[in-house]
Amino acid sequence: MSIVKDLDPAAPLLTVEDLNVRFPTEDGLVHAVRGVDYTLRSGEVLGIVGESGSGKSVTSLAVMGLLPASARVSGSVKYRGQELLGQGDRAMSRIRGKGVSMIFQDPMTSLDPVYRVGYQIEETLRVHDSKLSSKAAQARAADLLTMVGIPNAAERVRSYPHEFSGGMRQRVVIAIAMANQPDVIIADEPTTALDVTVQAQILEVLQTALSETGAAMVLITHDLGVVAGIADRVLVMYAGRPVEIGGVEDIYYEPRMPYTLGLLGSLPRLDSSTKQRLTPIKGSPPSVVNMPPGCPFAPRCPLHVAECDVTEPELVDVGGGHTAACIRIDEVRKAHGEAAAVFDETADDRLLGSEQPADLSAAAGTEDVGAPGDPVGERTDPAPQAGTGSLLDATTTPSTSTDGDRR
Amino acid sequence: MTATREPILTVRGLEKHFPIKGGGLIKRTVGAVRAVDGLDLDLYPGEVLGLVGESGCGKSTTGRAILNLQPATGGSVKFEGRELVGLDRKAMRPLRRDIQIVFQDPYASLNPRLPVFDIVAEPLIIHGLTKDEAELRERVRTLVETVGLNPEHTNRYPAEFSGGQRQRIGIARALALEPKVLVLDEPVSALDVSIQAGVINLLEDLKERLGLSYLFIAHDLSVVRHISDRVAVMYLGKIIEVAPRDELFDRPTHPYTQALLSAIPLPDPRRERSRQRIIITGDVPSPANPPSGCRFRTRCQKFANELTDTQREKCLTVEPPLESRGPAHQSACHYAAATQVL
Ligand SMILES: Nc1ncnc2c1ncn2[C@@H]1O[C@H](COP(=O)(O)OP(=O)(O)OP(=O)(O)O)[C@@H](O)[C@H]1O
Ligand SMILES: Nc1ncnc2c1ncn2[C@@H]1O[C@H](COP(=O)(O)OP(=O)(O)OP(=O)(O)O)[C@@H](O)[C@H]1O
Ligand code: SF4
Ligand SMILES: [Mg+2]
Ligand SMILES: [Mg+2]
Repeated sequence: MSIVKDLDPAAPLLTVEDLNVRFPTEDGLVHAVRGVDYTLRSGEVLGIVGESGSGKSVTSLAVMGLLPASARVSGSVKYRGQELLGQGDRAMSRIRGKGVSMIFQDPMTSLDPVYRVGYQIEETLRVHDSKLSSKAAQARAADLLTMVGIPNAAERVRSYPHEFSGGMRQRVVIAIAMANQPDVIIADEPTTALDVTVQAQILEVLQTALSETGAAMVLITHDLGVVAGIADRVLVMYAGRPVEIGGVEDIYYEPRMPYTLGLLGSLPRLDSSTKQRLTPIKGSPPSVVNMPPGCPFAPRCPLHVAECDVTEPELVDVGGGHTAACIRIDEVRKAHGEAAAVFDETADDRLLGSEQPADLSAAAGTEDVGAPGDPVGERTDPAPQAGTGSLLDATTTPSTSTDGDRR
Repeated sequence: MTATREPILTVRGLEKHFPIKGGGLIKRTVGAVRAVDGLDLDLYPGEVLGLVGESGCGKSTTGRAILNLQPATGGSVKFEGRELVGLDRKAMRPLRRDIQIVFQDPYASLNPRLPVFDIVAEPLIIHGLTKDEAELRERVRTLVETVGLNPEHTNRYPAEFSGGQRQRIGIARALALEPKVLVLDEPVSALDVSIQAGVINLLEDLKERLGLSYLFIAHDLSVVRHISDRVAVMYLGKIIEVAPRDELFDRPTHPYTQALLSAIPLPDPRRERSRQRIIITGDVPSPANPPSGCRFRTRCQKFANELTDTQREKCLTVEPPLESRGPAHQSACHYAAATQVL
């Protein structure tokens, strides 16, 4: 109870500072989240983007206190000035739903198959208002279903989750998440499993719900189109860390981190008839077991120089509340969002044949990855080895003199 | 672009119905999932034909039926004039060399217990295409290099490669028999965008270098616009619109194509926020029980908002055929009208 009383209305809605999450595994500590900082202001939508395994979900589960017990979490997560990390289950369940609520990719994570959806909404309402009459709860449940666009809501409250389609279930989940008018919604890939025409419906419902309740939202997605449409600010994650944070237009039109630029250049465009070649990013993200020093993007970065391997770059302010973790931001600035100015369009991946995919490092176990002191060059650096080095020369034209030069 | 040439692959009235068995002791057939329900396609030599549509509309089933991996229940598939529907495994075998398929999931589609060399060599061995071990090694080496992988690493197992690299292995295997046609079923859907781009570029290069034709199945219309020469849109087992790439994206005439294009978010904040969006209601109906008349009518924005009751009558009762809307452009709507949605 005390936690709710201690809330400071003047403090930022949600502040995450130096959040770290480590999972002990057989192959060593998986350092899934390596120092995440962000602030969510009232009413804003913060988009979190990044490749698979970059730590987007783990970050959010840590904020909600929903990680498995084995996870080692450090840092700070404050909701209206009140520390959430280390709070017990009782205190957290007061915050969940009323302060911060979560929407997952799979609606069945939040729904119980054996109860009618109306009952599940009513239960959610009662957690935070035990005096609510059952008649009022029923009426409110139907209102919520109407708000999320479920036709015939007064009758549909009596349906079970399996009687709804995927899109309709996600609407029910949004209704539950909104039931107690939370200040913050954390939505983790809420539309990824849905067809695009249904995604458009759900995004509209989410936006309506936000504007009706004034809630702020953290929207996690790998879809850069979805973020472009609804985020005010964007946080780009790479290998467990934010590598760029800024206003949505800054991120899309004036990125400062080569990874962000590379992501944008990799996207085929629906709205362009010119057959411009895509500019892939070579290689794949690093394993977060035993990260080498230096910039985690260095092995894939066309702007890489020797200095990049010395220490991991901090987020630096590039103006207008826009920060990027790269020592070559001036080079990136010159590209003005044109990836082709920095990245090659080669389709060649042979140089990375020796590299271990990050997502399998724990499972495969056939290679020496994750062995202490495993030099980054062994995994990702093609150039110094005889044989493969010549292939580089034969098949790619490095756009900068530094490409691949990691000795 | 290729309209004057003969198609290399012609599909007419293709049907693939899966029986639905009832309960009880005697499993009687009580209905059918009409996964592919009268589909027409032409694929021209050297062309990329994109086949798009939402989940469950029958894209993969179409691909598998064309290759006879799952025999069609009706219609015709002709490859260079030869009928494939009804051929048994043995009769199909020589044709397998000419038409190959690459599957969506690079994790599931490669045998995890075989090293990459064996995976790529297998089709060559089965078809007896190399005279000795040395030639086999040389062929595998070339194939692996062609898809941009290091030939030194063919003794490794699929698990040791990343998703993008595994998809390249699948492509190398498909290319082993020097096919003329590749059916690519969501070849990049499982990959992160930064890795997907490399595979798309590779597919473009291979097509040019080897003179291949692709049937490129995908639900991501941005990828399809990027790679295709022509695009066919599917809904509930049928093609509802087909047109040259830019024609389809710039002047879609079917309400479904319009809604689909309109629903896709653009990775460009200013453009995305200034768009007018057509939001269609509801979900795709079950292919076991498609609506009468026009299959799209239950979700059609035109039907709901623009048509008079008299006009609607036709949508309710008459199935709209694919009709010409301009050069190489066809769509199946009684009230088709080009609109710009992007
Ligand atoms: N319980 C766990 N034990 C060990 N490792 C874990 C656990 N949960 C997550 N991880 C690892 O943490 C890293 C980050 O995972 P996370 O789920 O946050 O990625 P993500 O960015 O959400 O990716 P996706 O886009 O695929 O959802 C991954 O390397 C993952 O394998
Ligand atoms: N072996 C089968 N038995 C019964 N029904 C099937 C079978 N295979 C597919 N279907 C059904 O046929 C329809 C079309 O499936 P298909 O896999 O071809 O769709 P798709 O367009 O490839 O979808 P996705 O985009 O999800 O891959 C679906 O309703 C599916 O459930
Ligand atoms: S035929 Fe009628 S229902 Fe079908 S798409 Fe055209 S207008 Fe809509
Ligand atoms: Mg995730
Ligand atoms: Mg499919």
